[in-house]
Amino acid sequence: MATTADQFQSHADDHDHAHDADHKPGFFARWFMSTNHKDIGTLYLIFAIFAGIIGGGISGIMRAELAEPGIQVLGWWVEFLGGGESSMDLNGHMWNVFITAHGLIMVFFMVMPALIGGFGNWFVPLMIGAPDMAFPRMNNISFWLTIAGFCSLMFSMFVPGGTGLGAGTGWTVYAPLSTSGSVGPAVDFAIFSLHLAGAGSILGATNFITTIFNMRAPGMTLHKMPLFVWSVLVTAFLLLLALPVLAAAITMLLTDRNFQTTFFDPSGGGDPVLYQHLFWFFGHPEVYIMILPGFGIVSQIVATFSRKPVFGYLGMAYAMVAIGVVGFIVWAHHMYTVGLDVNTKMYFTAATMVIAVPTGVKIFSWIATMWGGSLEFKSPLVWAMGFIFLFTVGGVTGVVLANGGVDDNLHDSYYVVAHFHYVLSMGAVFSLFAGWYYWFPKMSGRWHSEFLSHVHFWGFFVGVNVIFFPQHFLGLQGMARRYPDYTPAFQYWNEISSYGYYIMAASMVVFFVNIAYALIAGKKAEDNYWGEGATTLEWTLSSPPPYHQFETLPVIEDHHDYHDHLSTKA
Amino acid sequence: MAALTIDDRNKRTGMIAFAGALAMLGLGFAAVPLYDMFCRVTGFAGTTQRVTEAQASQVMATNNVISIRFDANTAKDLPWSFRPEHPTDRVTIGGRDMAIYIAKNESSVPITGAASFNVEPEQTGKYFNKIQCFCFTEQTLQPGQEMRMPVLYYIDPAIKDDENAKDVEQITLSYTFHRTDKPEG
Repeated sequence: MATTADQFQSHADDHDHAHDADHKPGFFARWFMSTNHKDIGTLYLIFAIFAGIIGGGISGIMRAELAEPGIQVLGWWVEFLGGGESSMDLNGHMWNVFITAHGLIMVFFMVMPALIGGFGNWFVPLMIGAPDMAFPRMNNISFWLTIAGFCSLMFSMFVPGGTGLGAGTGWTVYAPLSTSGSVGPAVDFAIFSLHLAGAGSILGATNFITTIFNMRAPGMTLHKMPLFVWSVLVTAFLLLLALPVLAAAITMLLTDRNFQTTFFDPSGGGDPVLYQHLFWFFGHPEVYIMILPGFGIVSQIVATFSRKPVFGYLGMAYAMVAIGVVGFIVWAHHMYTVGLDVNTKMYFTAATMVIAVPTGVKIFSWIATMWGGSLEFKSPLVWAMGFIFLFTVGGVTGVVLANGGVDDNLHDSYYVVAHFHYVLSMGAVFSLFAGWYYWFPKMSGRWHSEFLSHVHFWGFFVGVNVIFFPQHFLGLQGMARRYPDYTPAFQYWNEISSYGYYIMAASMVVFFVNIAYALIAGKKAEDNYWGEGATTLEWTLSSPPPYHQFETLPVIEDHHDYHDHLSTKA
Repeated sequence: MAALTIDDRNKRTGMIAFAGALAMLGLGFAAVPLYDMFCRVTGFAGTTQRVTEAQASQVMATNNVISIRFDANTAKDLPWSFRPEHPTDRVTIGGRDMAIYIAKNESSVPITGAASFNVEPEQTGKYFNKIQCFCFTEQTLQPGQEMRMPVLYYIDPAIKDDENAKDVEQITLSYTFHRTDKPEG
């Protein structure tokens, strides 16, 4: 498959080592017409960092607004972004636009591109011993569709969306707010953005499934694949089965908005609750799409720095499959308050709690892997252990919220906000940074500073906990989410939560300084810089790996049954 | 099979995966009629049942009495007044009852509307049987016209055998009239 890029190679610059595998096309062809899985992975990572800055910056505006009661900063943003006088209505709409953009950007344009597009593209082919992805050109299309989707979302913020500029529907885009409640093209652009990003992800999922099924090196059976590859495989299936349902739902939103259909409008026999069912049939698998690749990364890292194979390899792999399967039949736990009868609530409560079982298998297997291992507290392991701890906290509040009866009280409160940020902005994002420090020298060929990585970790760890732990208290006290203002009774913990943001933001400065340091002055990284614990196939290659790898396929020996980790030479 | 090249095998796997995605897309749209059917059959979300005269004649009245409350609403863009003749009624379970709603067109143009409906508590939807209802069809009112609109219904005695519904003492039957001939624009 590597030959698809060959046509560009005739124009390649002369290189130090005249090695066939390292001839690269010129700048434009290499980065804008890329068919190389590593280059596309790099593009995804750069894009995710860029989108993360915007999405994270928006949460800074939100925390600044919520630092004290009343409306402080929204008026300024209304005038800055939209022009014209700010008013109570426009301020409120601006808030809705911010929470919508924050949610959509972080889900579709930060976490997914980084974990699946970035690390998935980079390391799935390397770990299974494949020269590239199965469909390199489609890989390129996936990336640029994602970019186009992002542009469409950004554009939506500058066109009318009903009350003011931008789409203020929340990331769930519920009808009727998103249909009769939001006149103007902004919501159309936001929906189109989801169509584009969704199409890109479906193509990407097809690509991963094909690559993993057909392009494993000789001897690498499914039961010998590294757990990160398993996690991407399960994620790809979730994407493939969940995203088309979202596409159908938002297409019906579009026709309800523009072509007088009444899919979700009771005046024509429709039902807005049907939209919620369709959205969450996608939305719940979507949260596993965001966390499963993180599970895979953490498994690799914990095994590497414990210097032993992961505990219960098969259990770990099939726990992810189980989470994926059960994830499709629990969606209505997001909708306990729409008016479900007791039996329906009981089913969804029980089914939701069942997911804690395979998740527990994973948590305990990570702990068992570390148990008695000769742990080395390098930055990736520190981030991975932070992940395990904080994800478990988010998992526990998840089990609380799974109860239909409890949720009647906590629904749409800050308790829910705290819960899903513990599993996402601490779960998924900690796994992202763990993967980043684990693989950054492999991808760039240069060392980051381990010291700065640890400073980044502690700053981020303290920061996000100060942001989100108090939100549990606010939720239990009854503070509702999605409002820019609140009664002064809630001020104390909101103020502390906003301080947490500044701590977190300062740690992100350290992150960027660290990248700059590595790229400018970083030491050269060896092939296998983590030593004997790192045994997957990417460590048999140089850092960075050659432009085309595995021209001769590696052969995986047979005597490592049930080992996540393999030792072979390319 | 063995003769297939890696490119052919990739194309095949890719097409199968893509077909799976297309099937889920179809299922997404199919959810609209399926959800409708599901609600009608199971009474989910308080959807009332529709029965024929023949089916209704098989049902025996019991000694149990239940209270029915009638609720009437109009959509924002419909200039009608709409109310039940009596806000509550007490009926014997299994016995047939007729309720009257009164609608009046307060505007100066003829308007057509249709009523959406459900009952609360939701678990009683599958026991609330309508034999005749103005909500089965669209209704047109001339300017200033007032119309008395009947609902002929009974409560299925099986409600007393349902753990989740047997203790219900009052059922609210709710209608909302929507405009179906949308004014242009």
